[in-house]
Amino acid sequence: MDRPTKRLLQGNGACVEGAIYAGMRFYAGYPITPSTEIAELCARQLPRIGGRFIQMEDEIASMAAIVGASVSGLKTMTATSGPGYSLMQENIGYAYMTETPCVIVNVQRGGPSTGLPTKVSQSDTMQARWGTHGDYNAIAVAPSSVGDTVPETIRAFNLAERFRTPVTLLLDEVIGHMREMVTLPQPGEYEVFNRVKPTARPEDFVPFELTPNLVSPMPAYREGYRYNVTGLTHDPMGFATNRADEIAVKLDKLTNKIDNFKEEIFKSRAEMMDDAEVAFVSYGSVSRATLQAASLARQAGFKVGSIQLYTIWPFDYDTIRKLCSRCRCVIVAELNMGQIVHEVEKALPENVEIQPMLRYDGEIITPEQLLARLEEVI
Amino acid sequence: MATVEKQKSDVMLNYLRPRKKFPSVWCPGCGNGIVMGAFIRAVDKLGYSKDDIAMVSGIGCTSRMPVYMDFNSLHTTHGRALAFATGVKFAQPDMKVVVITGDGDALAIGGNHFIHACRRNIDITTILINNYIYGMTGGQGSPTTPGGSYSTTTPYGNVEKHFEPCHLAIGAGASFVGRATVYHYPQLEKMIMQALEHKGFSLVEVISNCHTYFGRLNRQGDATAMLRFFKERSVTTARAKNMTAEELENKYVIGNLHEDNEKTEFCDEYQKVVDAHKA
Ligand SMILES: Cc1ncc(C[n+]2csc(CCOP(=O)(O)OP(=O)(O)O)c2C)c(N)n1
Ligand code: SF4
Repeated sequence: MDRPTKRLLQGNGACVEGAIYAGMRFYAGYPITPSTEIAELCARQLPRIGGRFIQMEDEIASMAAIVGASVSGLKTMTATSGPGYSLMQENIGYAYMTETPCVIVNVQRGGPSTGLPTKVSQSDTMQARWGTHGDYNAIAVAPSSVGDTVPETIRAFNLAERFRTPVTLLLDEVIGHMREMVTLPQPGEYEVFNRVKPTARPEDFVPFELTPNLVSPMPAYREGYRYNVTGLTHDPMGFATNRADEIAVKLDKLTNKIDNFKEEIFKSRAEMMDDAEVAFVSYGSVSRATLQAASLARQAGFKVGSIQLYTIWPFDYDTIRKLCSRCRCVIVAELNMGQIVHEVEKALPENVEIQPMLRYDGEIITPEQLLARLEEVI
Repeated sequence: MATVEKQKSDVMLNYLRPRKKFPSVWCPGCGNGIVMGAFIRAVDKLGYSKDDIAMVSGIGCTSRMPVYMDFNSLHTTHGRALAFATGVKFAQPDMKVVVITGDGDALAIGGNHFIHACRRNIDITTILINNYIYGMTGGQGSPTTPGGSYSTTTPYGNVEKHFEPCHLAIGAGASFVGRATVYHYPQLEKMIMQALEHKGFSLVEVISNCHTYFGRLNRQGDATAMLRFFKERSVTTARAKNMTAEELENKYVIGNLHEDNEKTEFCDEYQKVVDAHKA
């Protein structure tokens, strides 16, 4: 090995390591705090491995460029934060509609508008699900530490390639900028999934074919398959349609190709949940505090557990219900005015008390705060 | 004569998308069809492989063109074609990447991408069909609508100033810029060939007729009348040299306006960085 496997990295650096491991070879972006290090590291590292980096004129263009490059055949990524994520939304919708794999990293800061460039937030959780107009399904992944960020970035790419869809990787300012010692994965340690290529003869190729798993094989440019890609609602041949039956089929495809495989996509970490009467539900950097608070409560003799969501979208209501089957109270901790708490409400029966533990002043939620809240409910 | 005609239509058929249903969305007589014909003949003469051509467009009547042809087609979002095309070209530098765009698409919502693509001198050929109006949405004013002209959003005459796309492109750094009209189609075909062969950002501005909206709202008549108008109002770059600014008013100067074959190209320059730093 010419490279130490242990490195002191920021979350933003871990994201770049994970992306390159997953095969990302094309990055387009526009600088914005607290995501900028991702662009800077890509600018440095990609040419060294024959990849490509381009700083575009804005985030609209960045999103467009990564879709163009992905259709051409490369694994692509962009990174941004709130204002840039808002600008990207129309072209993210284009990626949903055209079923183009790519990864969009949102290192979240406070909003709305320019908001809090250097302060942590998780207030784009809902935007990652509903950000662009129209009906579609979304995948969003959220690591909770610098170490997590490497495998979760790889997973984000695998999901994008496997399901032919844009995937949002939700980091936050704390993870993005915090430094931790990370063990970099060896080749072969993690599975790397590549989009399925067509095997049909070009004259028989149906670009948006309804396969059993609803994901259509995707050729790169110059592989002999010339087909049409459009953001207009289209038939399986890729041509615009106004037919009621074809429209519904396309939207069902976009939704069901993800919903039907929720179990494969959903990932959570449940700790001390077997007999938990009270549970924390959290994601991202907040999960570090919830896990610690739950451990401290256990030491004090209380039946408290913690559920960390690695997959935010699609939200797996059934799994949350099962994990919380013995709980009388669930505390949902997040850095916003209440977003995932409503999904948890939908998941759990009415007799379970749901306590939002919210912070939206740019500061983190501490284990002490969580313990104080716990005392109120125990 | 009959066989010549047949050969001509065979060329067209060879490049029309085999499994696409026709007719097109365009009004009969729309200048877009003439440009598509010129483009197909240009590609055929240059002998490019269909697989090597990516046609990228935004939204508008003009932007529907790539869908009808048997190349790789990427019909994207309004104004953003050049940004998508930048991704395609940078990912596959050996491809011929062509953007088809309207005046609204390229210069209003897409103006920022337009100047930055010129600035990078990325090897993309852009064919900008300038019909002075928004066709697809029903005849609203565009950044090229001349002062005083009528559109559905300038019902009392346009009070705004307009862009000259070619001047904008030259100022922003494009290395091949030319203007043609749909009346002068042999010149148009030749200019598209030159633009495709040029290394660097090339712009072909095509003055075209939207008789359905611009023609009707400005009393310029049907498609034929508008073509005649383009014929009468056009002067070649050679002739224009000896004309005064006054004489050139309301004229279309047609021909190659700018060519710089020395300017380095974006993908080439990046490849040098890769070659120098690749482990
Ligand atoms: C974001 C967005 N805004 C507005 C529109 C509506 N729209 C569609 S085409 C068009 C103008 C097209 O005009 P031009 O580019 O000149 O092309 P033409 O139709 O004349 O060929 C507009 C405003 C859109 N599709 N997307
Ligand atoms: S509306 Fe105008 S630009 Fe559109 S197809 Fe008709 S003539 Fe052409």
